[in-house]
Amino acid sequence: MTTRIGVVTFPGSLDDADALRAVRIAGGEPVTLWHRDTDLHQVDAVVLPGGFSYGDYLRCGAIARFSPVMGTVIEQARAGMPVLGICNGFQVLCESHLLPGALTRNDHLHFVCRDQRLTVENADTAWTRDYSAGQEITVPLKNGEGGYVADERTLDELEAEGRVVVRYLDGNPNGSRRDIAGITNAAGNVVGLMPHPEHAVETLTGPTTEGLPFFTSVLKQLVNA
Amino acid sequence: MTLDTVKHAAGTPDAPQPWAELGLKENEYEQIREILGRRPTGAELAMYSVMWSEHCSYKSSKVHLKQFGEKAPASEAMLVGIGEQAGVVDVGQGYAVTFKVESHNHPSYVEPYQGAATGIGGIVRDIIAMGARPVAVMDPLRFGAADHPDTRRVLPGVVAGIGGYGNCLGLPNIGGEVVFDACYQGNPLVNALCVGVMKHEDIHLAKASGVGNKVILYGARTGGDGIGGASILASETFDSTKPSKRPAVQVGDPFQEKLLIECTLEAFAEELVVGIQDLGAAGLSCATSELASNGTGGMRVELDDVPLRDTTLSPEEILMSESQERMCAVVEPSKVDRFLAICEKWDVTATVIGEVTDGDRLEIFWHGEQIVDVPPRTVAHDGPVYERPMARPDWLDALRADAAEALARPQDGDALRAQVLRLVGSPNQADKSWITAQYDRYVLGNTVLSQPEDSGMIRVDEETNLGVAVSTDGNGRYAKLDPYAGAQLALAESYRNVAATGAKPLAVTDCLNFPSPEDPAGMWQFAEACRGLADACQVLGTPVTGGNVSLYNQTGDVAIHPTPVVGVLGVIDDVTRRTPMAFAEEGQLLYLLGDTREELGGSAWSQVVHDHLGGRPPAVDLERERLLAEILISASRDGMIDAAHDLSDGGLVQAVVESCLRGGAGARLVTPDGLDPFVFLFSESQGRAVVSVPRSEELRFTDMCGARGLPATRIGVVDGDAVELQGQFSLPLGELRSVWEATIPDLFA
Repeated sequence: MTTRIGVVTFPGSLDDADALRAVRIAGGEPVTLWHRDTDLHQVDAVVLPGGFSYGDYLRCGAIARFSPVMGTVIEQARAGMPVLGICNGFQVLCESHLLPGALTRNDHLHFVCRDQRLTVENADTAWTRDYSAGQEITVPLKNGEGGYVADERTLDELEAEGRVVVRYLDGNPNGSRRDIAGITNAAGNVVGLMPHPEHAVETLTGPTTEGLPFFTSVLKQLVNA
Repeated sequence: MTLDTVKHAAGTPDAPQPWAELGLKENEYEQIREILGRRPTGAELAMYSVMWSEHCSYKSSKVHLKQFGEKAPASEAMLVGIGEQAGVVDVGQGYAVTFKVESHNHPSYVEPYQGAATGIGGIVRDIIAMGARPVAVMDPLRFGAADHPDTRRVLPGVVAGIGGYGNCLGLPNIGGEVVFDACYQGNPLVNALCVGVMKHEDIHLAKASGVGNKVILYGARTGGDGIGGASILASETFDSTKPSKRPAVQVGDPFQEKLLIECTLEAFAEELVVGIQDLGAAGLSCATSELASNGTGGMRVELDDVPLRDTTLSPEEILMSESQERMCAVVEPSKVDRFLAICEKWDVTATVIGEVTDGDRLEIFWHGEQIVDVPPRTVAHDGPVYERPMARPDWLDALRADAAEALARPQDGDALRAQVLRLVGSPNQADKSWITAQYDRYVLGNTVLSQPEDSGMIRVDEETNLGVAVSTDGNGRYAKLDPYAGAQLALAESYRNVAATGAKPLAVTDCLNFPSPEDPAGMWQFAEACRGLADACQVLGTPVTGGNVSLYNQTGDVAIHPTPVVGVLGVIDDVTRRTPMAFAEEGQLLYLLGDTREELGGSAWSQVVHDHLGGRPPAVDLERERLLAEILISASRDGMIDAAHDLSDGGLVQAVVESCLRGGAGARLVTPDGLDPFVFLFSESQGRAVVSVPRSEELRFTDMCGARGLPATRIGVVDGDAVELQGQFSLPLGELRSVWEATIPDLFA
């Protein structure tokens, strides 16, 4: 039986087709989920893709959080279902309080698109088991509001509990506190990151294929569960 | 104030009308009265004024543009030709590609962010109106002097606007140009190109036919923005004595446009649409008159049903508004409910505003009274046509006599080295990644090549790896010296860039940016460029499929260089065979393809080192361009070369430096016999490229070049971590990179 991975399409989602493609290349069965639909169609895990959900003229992800689909996603995530938020998806997860902190405007005030080096610090989450801790990878980064912020106590807690999943290497691209590129919840099933692993799954179109393990990790986790 | 109805107009023939303020000339106003047999109503006058503007009617350019059709080479690839919203080209396997470049020059000077943003929005709607899914955008940009204070206002705003709109729309930005020249100080050129893909059977054309079919306006509500954008902004020169034109610039909402793309394509997929038209320049005036004119002619519109953002708008303003993110569809009555349901799914406002009638008049009603009653063809297609006076500029002979070949040259290796560094760090030749990093090049996951590669390349089919490549090029300095040759050189460069990546050039789109047509010298430049481009397209077998003319790029007496920007579309059967520009493999052999002559007129070297523009541009040899392209495509397909880079502004040394920095490998060069090192490095002779050949392929490659008669000269090897010219100089990559990368951030960050 193949593992069904859902990818939510909000009206302003842009990297949804890319996330579906990454799931397919990893060997999963991609399933399209619609933002107005509360039914998750028996998926085993959910990806919230990049984009501008509802235009994001307010805070990024602030409206998406209240969409019908997110009600179910939040409920299922709390029950342990793996959820990955990429870029705008990470912003939605923070707005939904599934992950602490928030994403703010890049400190240099420009949108930035570049190939970003990262260290995978936590290789124990549902989405990073196919990496080894300390592994260095390069995947695309593209955002205007990617500066991760949280209060000092939260940041200390994330560090102490090993919940920083990926950290920027070779220069902080957006002013994120402590170079944080992605984090997980305490249970390790919900992961959010600003860089785009789904754009690093084919040598033809990506800088590397080093984003693919995000998608193979969750498939293994689900098969073994 | 009484409503100026058709009846009222007929009864008050002498009422004064603001035709001059709306940008019409007296003879044009008289022509409208003649067509209607009475004075126009206020609403009719508004429609004619925008539709007969230079921007919408092409009244000064039409007589010259028709050559693109008359001289078009026979091409099996053309599915839809010039005249539609965008041309459509067959790329095989049942796929068709539509692409078009447009200008948003004047708005982008007045309000850089919104001007550039809505330029993207407009060209994207042209593509979806053809039934295609947009897959990529590109932006050829030209600004004033890089160090001029106003360039610091215009450039960051334009770049942020392109990024802000395109990134939010989810279209990869895969290429374009950034050029600085003082001639663009008061008239920056902001052109935008969009590429769309569809299946052959999905091509849609803008026409309203079928009596009783409904006219549906959908997308954003209509507001007061952009009123007169086409007429008073894009069709006049700037003049400091006139009031600010900022209210004539539209404001963009990329999220709304994204919804518009999805709901339009879904409606197409369900075959709900008879005809479609986007609302761009001239807004509803354009959409209703063009749809009716292209169909059977009759249409009735209830203007009260147009959803408004501002309820105080007058009917004239509603007709002229250029509010963005709106489209107009003609739908059979039985399919209207389904069409509206799709709009509702995407949260897009959609309203039936009229229907196709059996007459041949476009009739528009407001509060139950008729305010427009016109033959739509007279508004949309049969506007005035001018054969404007032309005169070869009296300054041209003196300019051409001032040859760049006579300028002082570097006398030794140290001087050459210093000038290479100056060239590489000059704003036009420097790294543009501070700009392109603000654009998303990855979204949609099909970008195979993007800037700074020779052309952008997009995978069209994930199973077969079919792809398309697009490049845009133009060189206003060449065109100033010789507009006929300049247009051909723009085409040649773009054609060469597409071939350098391994794709076969198929078709052309052009954006003709010129000064005022009311100046005979400017009109002569325009005519020469059209003639040159049409002639060259004929030789290269690449028809012009569409494009755009932007005139009046002039502030007071200061005109821009004539700047034809040419986009070439190519097809590649297997994108995994593409040729990138990077020199990466140590030991590979570098070959220079083509002939190098002493040609420095209009060159980057003459600009950077001497601030000089004079003489003749490099000679055009289109047969040579075609041969070079064939060699580059064959070599790519058969795996004979690992990298290729076209030679254009900056000459050989610029190309080698770019390819070395891209791949992180150095090059050891030797000046070929019979050439002077300076000419070898800086000449801008055309029809040339530099390629990196694996040693195992050398014989096969040189045999092919020899057999087909293309000069191929071994000039060096990929090696080390410096660009070195034997016996002259060595430039470490680190030093080159720091100079090349610093210029643009130092100016604009």
